[in-house]
Amino acid sequence: MKVRIHVSLKPGVLDPQGRAVHHALEGLGFTGVEDVRVGRLIELDVADSTSEAELEDMCRKLLANTVIENFRIESMEAA
Amino acid sequence: MAFRSAVITFPGSNCDRDLAVALEKVSGTPAMRVWHGDAELPERLDFIGIPGGFSYGDYLRCGAIASRSPIMRAVIEAAERGVPVLGVCNGFQVLTESGLLPGALMRNAQLTFTCRIAPLRVENSQSLFTGGYDRGQKIMLPVAHHDGNYFADEDTLDRIEGEGRVAFRYLDACNGSRRDIAGILNHAGNVLGMMPHPERAIESDHGGSDGRALFESAVKGLVAA
Repeated sequence: MKVRIHVSLKPGVLDPQGRAVHHALEGLGFTGVEDVRVGRLIELDVADSTSEAELEDMCRKLLANTVIENFRIESMEAA
Repeated sequence: MAFRSAVITFPGSNCDRDLAVALEKVSGTPAMRVWHGDAELPERLDFIGIPGGFSYGDYLRCGAIASRSPIMRAVIEAAERGVPVLGVCNGFQVLTESGLLPGALMRNAQLTFTCRIAPLRVENSQSLFTGGYDRGQKIMLPVAHHDGNYFADEDTLDRIEGEGRVAFRYLDACNGSRRDIAGILNHAGNVLGMMPHPERAIESDHGGSDGRALFESAVKGLVAA
């Protein structure tokens, strides 16, 4: 089973990388970009029996730092 | 009684030797060197040092993988028993990732690696590590990091400030840290994490000796105890 873990900075946490990307987009002439936040996508290939609770445990214990980050688990169709 | 200290080395640590040399110069006893894959620490330790560097290539998040390594389980257990633990730079990141200290260290606000001698103010001179300084004393220590931007939510910041757990503060804008925090203590006062490098400032011939008092405080405090 393929699973995607989307890790993003919590609202209110300043994102210096997002700000730099925002400036660079403006430098390229793209107007109307209100805000940029940079996150991380982690793809896992796990046993079909892996439960949602186990996936959440992986996120809380390692994949995300819940002090500053939120995570969202997206299960993909079985390949 | 000889001072029994240990310095942990992870793959990618690069300040482990400096930390071991500082501990030996100040205590007169060589520090024991411990590998990250070891499951146990030497017995009856007086001090554990988590060094700077780029453990595991800073993969995932700085300090994230190191904080889940076998030896860190033993370090967390020792810290909970009251053994003094100092984490410097990447070591500070390992301590926040392991949950021994609150908050997180994010990419510097200016996005650039900062490498210079930074002026700091000693905010707490009552701890095991800072007893050799005066409160409000200005000291100069090297900083060299890309991810030293200390973040914690406002409630956590108010709590650690209220408990006198801010050990050092930057005197100029260094990396965007909330409230200019450069180093913090845990609730019990036996764990200190800091981005500046006291182990790189123990001899005036090497650019300054303002870091020496930190090790002297820890060694004296423990020998007297």
